[in-house]
Amino acid sequence: MTKRIDFQTDPSKYRHWRVEYDGPVAHLYMDVDEKGGLFDGYELKLNSYDLGVDIELSDVVQRMRFEHPEVGAVVMRSGKDKVFCAGANIRMLGGAAHAHKVNFCKFTNETRNTYEAAGAESGQSYICAVRGACAGGGYELALACDHIILTDDGSSSVALPEVPLLAVLPGTGGLTRVTDKRKMRRDLADVFCAMEEGVRGQRAKEWRLVDEVVKNSQFDQTVAERAAEFAARNNRPANAEGIALPPLERSFAEDGSVSYSLVEVSMDRDAGVATVTIKGPDTPPPANTGELHAQGAQGWALRAARELDDAILHLRLNETEAGVIVLRTQGDPAAVAAHEAFLLAHRDFWLANEILLYWKRLLKRIDVTSRTLTAMVEHGSCFAGMLAELIFAADRSYMMEDEFEGDNRPTATVTLTEGNFGPYPMGNELTRLQTRFLGTPEAVEAARERIGEPLEASDASDLGLVTFAFDDIDWEDEIRIFLEERASFSPDALTGMEANLRFAGPETMETRIFGRLTAWQNWIFQRPNAVGEDGALQRYGTGQRGAFDMRRV
Amino acid sequence: MLDLNNVSYDTMIPNNVGLSQDRRVLKALEKWHPGYINWWNDLIPQNFQESLVYLRTAVSVDPKGWAKFDYVKMPEYRWGILLAPAVEDRRIPCGEHAGQPAWQEVPGEYRAMLRRLIVIQGDTEPASVEQQRFLGKTAPSLYDMRNLFQVNVEEGRHLWAMVYLLQKYFGRDGREEADGLLQRSSGSEEAPRMLGAFNEETPDWLSFFMFTYFTDRDGKMQLESLAQSGFDPLSRTCRFMLTEEAHHMFVGETGVGRTIQRTCEAMNEAGITDPYEIDKVRALGVIDLPTIQKKLNLHYTLSLDLFGGEVSTNAANAFNAGIKGRYMENRIEDDHKLTGATYPVSEVAGDVIRVADAPALTAINMRLRDDYTRDAAGGVGRWNKIISKAGIDFELKLPHEGFHRQIGVFAGVPVTPEGRVISAEEWEAKRAEWLPTRADGDFIQSLMVPTFETGKYAGWIAPPKVGIDNKPGDFEYVKLHMA
Ligand SMILES: [Fe+2]
Ligand SMILES: [Fe+2]
Repeated sequence: MTKRIDFQTDPSKYRHWRVEYDGPVAHLYMDVDEKGGLFDGYELKLNSYDLGVDIELSDVVQRMRFEHPEVGAVVMRSGKDKVFCAGANIRMLGGAAHAHKVNFCKFTNETRNTYEAAGAESGQSYICAVRGACAGGGYELALACDHIILTDDGSSSVALPEVPLLAVLPGTGGLTRVTDKRKMRRDLADVFCAMEEGVRGQRAKEWRLVDEVVKNSQFDQTVAERAAEFAARNNRPANAEGIALPPLERSFAEDGSVSYSLVEVSMDRDAGVATVTIKGPDTPPPANTGELHAQGAQGWALRAARELDDAILHLRLNETEAGVIVLRTQGDPAAVAAHEAFLLAHRDFWLANEILLYWKRLLKRIDVTSRTLTAMVEHGSCFAGMLAELIFAADRSYMMEDEFEGDNRPTATVTLTEGNFGPYPMGNELTRLQTRFLGTPEAVEAARERIGEPLEASDASDLGLVTFAFDDIDWEDEIRIFLEERASFSPDALTGMEANLRFAGPETMETRIFGRLTAWQNWIFQRPNAVGEDGALQRYGTGQRGAFDMRRV
Repeated sequence: MLDLNNVSYDTMIPNNVGLSQDRRVLKALEKWHPGYINWWNDLIPQNFQESLVYLRTAVSVDPKGWAKFDYVKMPEYRWGILLAPAVEDRRIPCGEHAGQPAWQEVPGEYRAMLRRLIVIQGDTEPASVEQQRFLGKTAPSLYDMRNLFQVNVEEGRHLWAMVYLLQKYFGRDGREEADGLLQRSSGSEEAPRMLGAFNEETPDWLSFFMFTYFTDRDGKMQLESLAQSGFDPLSRTCRFMLTEEAHHMFVGETGVGRTIQRTCEAMNEAGITDPYEIDKVRALGVIDLPTIQKKLNLHYTLSLDLFGGEVSTNAANAFNAGIKGRYMENRIEDDHKLTGATYPVSEVAGDVIRVADAPALTAINMRLRDDYTRDAAGGVGRWNKIISKAGIDFELKLPHEGFHRQIGVFAGVPVTPEGRVISAEEWEAKRAEWLPTRADGDFIQSLMVPTFETGKYAGWIAPPKVGIDNKPGDFEYVKLHMA
């Protein structure tokens, strides 16, 4: 890795997006700087995007929620004349390593999901105003919006041309959303996804690809009307004042370790292990919502979430050989529970709600992180509420039992809260405990009865909350052997195994995107028909078509 | 056996494609026809619709005598569907299928690409008629008016030609695209034409001549490359269109030439030797040479933009597919595949313009544009001869490829007509020296007074050396209907 990809940005650094705030409506313009690619070797023509463009979009979406609660409708449109967005940049995809492609797709999917949920969760709806060609990833941007308006100017169209043009899939939710969200007929979807040029005008409406097709001369007016209507659904007070999201304080050490104010990432590159430690709060929760607002991004729950989020993204993109992420906490579990309880009690205050929703997104991001996730419930740890969710997100967990020699930290406990029974559902819309106990729902009830109790290892084990509890004699050896064993397995097999075991239960659009669509896309991304020297992705732009091995697999 | 050289008039639509035996396509075309007539009638001012215009109509595709001239009311013009004769055993001339028999039916894998090319070409044909719709009112002579209408009806026929291909070969989508060609309209806010240059107005006759010289020539180059298509019906269609297109460029070249001629004559008569004494020249009621240069700069550069990006995936795909060839592909001596070949393409690095080799496949547009520039230089040389013959010290020049560009590597780069990269402020400061200003346009407009008397010519333009169809300059080319 020659260049560290940074997920931190702010509006003063944007090169590709512009936001104009107009009371309850925000106008979001995609105006990609051709020369602003994250890497060399490609130009971001026709509003095509790479990870750098998406990092900015993600930042816009996040700030919209926290800094602009007054906004009820975000109108997404192109800042360029003839084109809405041509999708992910093909040359970037052609040149990128497999791991980068996969991480890029995952992150873009997470960003789409985030703004897609903003309407229902926070009354902050996204409206897509399409003028010009809207193809591939461009249409996928639109698909994640709550409402799509297409101009009827005789040439603007929506398209998913990946299959005929590039021999890959519209993998940022495209295939899934046309059928699951827009409920397009599958045979028409087959026609749509096999055509290069897409669909325009009235047919786009008939096929359910867009919500409205309007005359070009009435386009701006219709968009403005629709924006006002959606903005009125904002469930936060119109005079709600945002909080600032200042840059994170962090420092990077030579060995790859990263220090934030509440999160510590220590890297053991030789062992392929990243240990992430989250510190619990050392102050009591805010006395009231006014104080929560005054603390803003400095409050414990939001600060910890932002830092952990950044750390996970950093590990995903920049430390690809860290196959195991060890999740640790240190602090007072009662304080964590108290902070969370404050937020839950004040959910009707927009900021409290947003912080909880952020934790929900963050935990989902951890769910789909393709590393072995291991929770270490040590003495002195504070696995309570949202932090206890880390145990249930992990592939397995280890808990210290009884006293350890020379260790005078408080005994390891797990504290369940209301938070473990609802506010942070997984992509399958079940809680992590429901997913964990899919065959024994009574175990969830048994756990619920213990809310608020600091559960020591034997209780936690009995309740099925942790995988193993080890005492002083076994702990170190067991952990060492586990890590060594893990390091000996194929990372591909582990990624596949873990991703399958994590998501028991029902399928949702989200699990279909991350599980089904992404998995197929990642398979195609490995196949010579797409990425071989003569594959369609490599040959794209040369004029020569991909040469295919016609055997079906 | 069909006589495919002579045009059959047994259906409403003259054709040499055996339309009367192709019920499906005939029905589709007859359904499209009323919309076309409406479009035409709404477009051209009523008194011209009623006038008798001395027009040529294609009656054969035999190169020696394909047209006949007669007085026609434009709405009654017989817009036909005419394909150049088939070449026996024609082969796909280029790309990965080079050497295989040319396609007589659309190959499924290239259907979308072919349709897109045909729609884009088709969209330009009616667009120029729309752009020129009001020019009849200020025609400098009946001769020029006739030429305008000739160009217009033939652009209309070119639209028919593209519509035929869409209806015949592209099924339901093709029919929809054919309808779309009548729905979009030049400069419309509702549904503009597809290419930028075709949404600009043609406000005066000098613009019309520049347009037919420079922009129709882009059309010619596009037709030339489509005439090389491995899809034979497209190739044959475009080959015949080219015979008509030649006249459009003739109208442009002689129109600009006659304007220059008149300016030089007037300067000599008044004893003005310095072409930059603009006010004095304008006072003579003629268009000064520096303004003509500015008009040239504008139309040439807008036309260069029509070729698209210098390096283009679409162009590479179309060539490799054998759908679109290079100019005179069949006369080029190489492998016609270009998989390893390169072609020099300009690029801008800071304030330096340099040439680098790009893969020849992706540089297809660049090559066609270079051919265009060579082709366009010829007429400019002939214009300069008129000036030098008149003893005036002035030379018209094609500006540098980087000047005033909106598309490709030079888009937005401030380049002088000589090809020097300067600062954006400096460029803006010089803009009025290089490109027509509003005041220039107003002046030209002030000269646009109709001259409808047989044999008379407006004061800013010289009569033609020879008339049309060997008729004299004072022939009554249009019998005006005066309501
Ligand atoms: Fe034409
Ligand atoms: Fe023409």
